[in-house]
Amino acid sequence: MSATPVKETPAVDLAQKERSMVLQKQMIASHYEELATAHDSGKKVVYTFVPGNLTELIRSFDLLPVLPEINALQSGMRKLSGEYIAEAEKHGHSEDVCTYVKCDIGMLKKGNIGPTGKKLPKPDLLLLSYTGCFTFMKWFELLREEYDCPVAMLHVPYQSDGHIHGHHRDYILQQLRTEVIPKFEQVTGLRYDEDRLREKMKLSAQAEDDFVWVLESAKNKPSPIDAYFGGVFYIGPMFTAFRGTPQGVEYYQALRREIEDRVTRHLGPITPDGPMEKERYRLVMEGPPNWTSFREFWKMFYEEGAVVVASSYTKVGGLYDRGFRHDPTRPLESLADYCMGCYTNLGLPTRVELLERYIREYSADGFMINSVKSCNSFSVGQLLMLRQLEERTGVPGGFIESDLVDPRYFSAANIKNRIESYLQMLEQKRAARVA
Amino acid sequence: MKPELAKLVNKAKELYDDLGLKSVQAWKAAVPGRKAIGYMPIYVPRELIHAAGMLPVGIVGGGDRLEIIRGDAYFQSYICHIPRSTIELALSHRLDALDGMLFPSICDVIRNLSGMWAMLFPDRYVHYVDVPQNYEAGVGGVYWHREIEILREDLSRLGGRPISDDDLRQSISVYNENRKALRDLYEVRSRKPWFFPISEMYLMLRAGNLLPVEEHTALLRAYLNEAPLEDGRFEQDESRVVLVGMFCEQPPLGLLATIERAGCWVVDDDLLLGMRWLMGDVSAVGDPLQSLTEAFLTKSATTASRYLPEGHRGRWLVDSVRRNRAEGVIFCAPSFCDPALLEQPMLIAALERESIAHTQFKYSEDTGQFAVIREQAGTFSDSIRLWSEP
Repeated sequence: MSATPVKETPAVDLAQKERSMVLQKQMIASHYEELATAHDSGKKVVYTFVPGNLTELIRSFDLLPVLPEINALQSGMRKLSGEYIAEAEKHGHSEDVCTYVKCDIGMLKKGNIGPTGKKLPKPDLLLLSYTGCFTFMKWFELLREEYDCPVAMLHVPYQSDGHIHGHHRDYILQQLRTEVIPKFEQVTGLRYDEDRLREKMKLSAQAEDDFVWVLESAKNKPSPIDAYFGGVFYIGPMFTAFRGTPQGVEYYQALRREIEDRVTRHLGPITPDGPMEKERYRLVMEGPPNWTSFREFWKMFYEEGAVVVASSYTKVGGLYDRGFRHDPTRPLESLADYCMGCYTNLGLPTRVELLERYIREYSADGFMINSVKSCNSFSVGQLLMLRQLEERTGVPGGFIESDLVDPRYFSAANIKNRIESYLQMLEQKRAARVA
Repeated sequence: MKPELAKLVNKAKELYDDLGLKSVQAWKAAVPGRKAIGYMPIYVPRELIHAAGMLPVGIVGGGDRLEIIRGDAYFQSYICHIPRSTIELALSHRLDALDGMLFPSICDVIRNLSGMWAMLFPDRYVHYVDVPQNYEAGVGGVYWHREIEILREDLSRLGGRPISDDDLRQSISVYNENRKALRDLYEVRSRKPWFFPISEMYLMLRAGNLLPVEEHTALLRAYLNEAPLEDGRFEQDESRVVLVGMFCEQPPLGLLATIERAGCWVVDDDLLLGMRWLMGDVSAVGDPLQSLTEAFLTKSATTASRYLPEGHRGRWLVDSVRRNRAEGVIFCAPSFCDPALLEQPMLIAALERESIAHTQFKYSEDTGQFAVIREQAGTFSDSIRLWSEP
């Protein structure tokens, strides 16, 4: 349940499969299979969002999560999103608004067929984790009109100054105790079991340690991973249905071993066309990727020897690399802190500080912003972030525009042109320094 | 126009055109040490600013009277217009009279704008007002009470004196009078819209962004008295409509006049909704922060940026149509306005369930061409008058 496409198509066929990739594909396939038969087997289904997701709590109630953003990006990768968006617009949704929402609504109108070709189950509960994105609220209000099921709202205060305040945490805790948990109990008929939650959080923390090791491996030269295009695969289990599960732990152990091996052998990242031979540019990336032309987009970078060593997109589901871990000794408090700390829930000054640290800590030659039309949460302020980062680090930034899943907003020639020009500029600056 | 009414309208128009906040500068200059705090849509508890002895100043962009020179360099083309004109106002020093800015939670654009402000103007007070979406007293209420307590502490520090409970109760009373005047205006306008042309009434509302609240209340009261005395204002065969979607970025005045000229009496709207956010009086006795909290939880207006735990997104609009005996709804939202545009399909569905006529178009605050809108609004009005059930 991540960027890894369940049914392989030529457009997204990764050339070289390692054990972690195979594992992830199996995990996702089995999850979707479980979803397809959920209601027949008496399981309950909760729809929720990636940022601020309460996977451990969900799993402690034996609920199965469905993440509509993931369905949308999967539809984008499988070239179905254009049709779904058109369907939603036909039903009166504005061309101006988030294409994840429209893709999801369009998919629903066309039968809600998931990535495995099987119908996704209707939700028994909509868990509206309102974290870092205003649109989430409207999205689930729209879904609520479609499904006759309860909604649990979890409003997560914005961290405008980058700090967690006590009353913010208390507010979330109160909502968990009076809104979310009672609705989980009501839907499942099970009682809240804190010991069970703690067990899952122990597994989460274990996987999180390995995940952070993987992300930080990009500090090596050459970087053994691409922390953006490759990163979207690495975040899959962590950000979706597999935190707090033995499979999640196993996946990140396997991934770490593979990357350790690459570090030892001084190898670069694996790309869809095989291992990257020579690392020429180290970049930090801000903003989500485009999904409709994901492979083409990635190719524009790896063909030029550009590797992304750190990215903000891989922090939308939590800033583990800044020290956060799910803590079994204070489970609900820890969930509250997790929700507040997701990247898009942080004020712009904090986001700039984070990217500045990445540029320095990962020895980046440059940074690039992929500004997506659909996501104001990410995009508003990025042009100022660009200036601020250039001023603070002296490292030049690049700016490209696309969209998440609307194919009409991916202009390949334009984007390629910009990337090439930007990398040439980096090259010239490098040459000037040597001279 | 009779001189009494002309005087009121001219004063309001002058304030409407005061993008450089000259009136705020004059207010500050009258008493040394005075401070002014800006706020963006939709809702902030202005009582706190007033109680600190400061002037709350509503900022809603530059409309169609501001050339954007630097603002466009900060925003991509697919982002609404209000942040770029607001940045333009600030970078061109038109907002220098403001000693601080409040950015309420309404959408991701205004939210991120608060962070941009903090980076662009590090020497000025900036505060993000994160209103609760949980309306339970023991949950969202406790949180909101603490949030406004922090705001009170901040404003006390900025003003150099504590804000006492008495100060705050007094400010609550003053704002109750203002809210009452606005409610009266909306109520009378709903019954006799021909007395209160929308473009004129809007100016009266808008004056509240800059005027001290006491003066604004007086202006509204005077307008309520004078507008019905104007010659030539009588009932005509026009359609009664509700305007929806304009709670943040404001339409140009010409657009409002165009809708009216096209044959529509506006009987309800969500223009400058923040002024009317609390739909009843706030208790002016007891703990004032508690009173403001309770009012927020129980008397908030319904709009796209507010979560409704019980669902039924369109019920408030259907209620408005019924209450105001409207014959149709015009959805008039700014381009790229996420809250309004994401809300629209749900509102349309609710109207269609009740067979209520509606039409829709988008605008930008600097829209200059109204011919198409006039045609569309005119056709809509005609269709209501000619084809609707008596």
